[in-house]
Amino acid sequence: MSAANRTLRRADCLLRIKWRTVVHRADYGVHKVIGSTVDWNALREDFPILREQAHGHPLIYFDSAATSQKPRPVIEALRNFYEHQNANVHRGLHTLSSRATEAYEKARKRVAEYIGAASADEIVFTRGTTESINLVAQAWAGKFIREGDVILLTEMEHHSNLVPWQLLAERTGARLRFVPVLDDGTLDLAQLPKLLTPEVRLFAFTHISNSLGTINPVAELCEKAHAVGALTLVDAAQSVGHLTINVREVGCDFMAFSGHKMCGPTGIGALYARKEILDLMPPWHGGGEMIVSVALERSTFKKAPHRFEAGTPNIAGAIGLAAAIDYLDGIGRAAIFEHDSQLARYAFDRLNELPRMRVFGPAGERGALVGFVMDAAHPHDLTTFADQYGLALRGGHHCNQPLMRRFGVSGTTRASFYFYNRIEEIDRMIEILHKAARFFS
Amino acid sequence: MIPEIEELYQEVILDHSRRPRNFGELPDAAVLVHGDNPACGDEIHLAVKFNGGGGLEDIKFTGRGCAISQASASLMTMKLKGKSRAEVMDMLQAFHELVTNDTSEAPQSLGDLRVMKGVRNFPQRVKCAMLPWRAVEQAFEQGAGEATVSTEPA
Repeated sequence: MSAANRTLRRADCLLRIKWRTVVHRADYGVHKVIGSTVDWNALREDFPILREQAHGHPLIYFDSAATSQKPRPVIEALRNFYEHQNANVHRGLHTLSSRATEAYEKARKRVAEYIGAASADEIVFTRGTTESINLVAQAWAGKFIREGDVILLTEMEHHSNLVPWQLLAERTGARLRFVPVLDDGTLDLAQLPKLLTPEVRLFAFTHISNSLGTINPVAELCEKAHAVGALTLVDAAQSVGHLTINVREVGCDFMAFSGHKMCGPTGIGALYARKEILDLMPPWHGGGEMIVSVALERSTFKKAPHRFEAGTPNIAGAIGLAAAIDYLDGIGRAAIFEHDSQLARYAFDRLNELPRMRVFGPAGERGALVGFVMDAAHPHDLTTFADQYGLALRGGHHCNQPLMRRFGVSGTTRASFYFYNRIEEIDRMIEILHKAARFFS
Repeated sequence: MIPEIEELYQEVILDHSRRPRNFGELPDAAVLVHGDNPACGDEIHLAVKFNGGGGLEDIKFTGRGCAISQASASLMTMKLKGKSRAEVMDMLQAFHELVTNDTSEAPQSLGDLRVMKGVRNFPQRVKCAMLPWRAVEQAFEQGAGEATVSTEPA
């Protein structure tokens, strides 16, 4: 491993490693963590869905980058909320409303702790990564971006970190620039000095590429952006459930992520924004919950973060997300990262054994996924084939059309992993891909 | 091998996907339709030439895609050459039934196209099979020049 890679690893992947000696928590039950050794097989028992069959075969779920499965404590948290706490937040004076409000705000605090935010006031609940980015593109950029300003992105961005900026550019006359991607799936950082000019107002980039598995050096990128006076937004959708990330150590101004990719429910996510920035941002959605007082002609608004949460929020979702965070912290994110990236590296090596196979992304350290193209079979044929064996892969452009074009393919097949996956499942995938190669050739 | 897979990917289909017929340019085409399936990035460029009666004198395609869309395009072009507009529309209807309707008997008139029957067990793949047909439908509507058609209408 090169010195540069080591730095990347230290700075970005394993920030604040704390091998937690996790004691059994009464509400988690089965998994046994002794020192740094996790019983990964036992953890599978927490996921009822992993007992499902598909087409008569045991399910192998390799699509966690699209959405992760949910452990029992999260499912229970949702149930518990609806059975014992359900009421609207922030306005009722009755018992249930106080319970719901308390649980909802506690969840906000838990999210803040999880990512190292200075306070819960820096966390806005959203529907997910996409909405979080749109919030920034409308509320922050709407106020601060002018014609001629530059938003710097990268070629590997998910459509959700691309389209909101295209819409902004159309509205304001701002320009978009892109950091190119090298053949090995890493960013061409040598181009940064040319691209990061004083016109750049925001540098928005993904932490882990959802197609390539590349882990970007987020702390370094934030530092370089700040040096020219630009703010930074980290799309942490693929990273926040897999590794320890501390927003203050990374130094980002915004961070967007989804609950459902980190064992939480769908429809809940968060935007982290530094308080001094959030306080300057105008509301983006109007409605109940976000106001102080309303007259017929004008209204005054609550302080952040509530100013950005119009209407009844996803209360159960936020509580479920907090349960997911408790669950992940119970295992320890350093251990999860180690486990998942080992799986991904193993898959990368084994995939390369297959004939006429092109595997994307860096050969060394990578996020918990691997994208590939087999000459013998189109991604859609391959995923249909694999599904008949109970193997859930994803085929297509993965909301990365420009990146696919960059690599000259219409799509890839992606296998993505989480801590409930096992190395034997990768061996099985390789067997099935061999079958497919023979069948389609 | 799994029966559903064998039914979907019959030997004829694999053969047409590996060596598609009528694959190539048609220099004096009357209509060129660019069809795409944005969900997977597949594309087909269908070129047609009409005869005096408004039927299909010649039809060719280029593009890239999955085995189902490539085989469907290849089989379709073989079947439709020389057919009148009415015959093409009838066949489109019958083919759509074939790949979507669980109970329908495959009509004899479809001939070789009946090998695509297995698609009905895979609802997510219907768009792959229909893409070339949507393109030919658009070609008739257009009559001349270039057009685009998508499985996800904007």
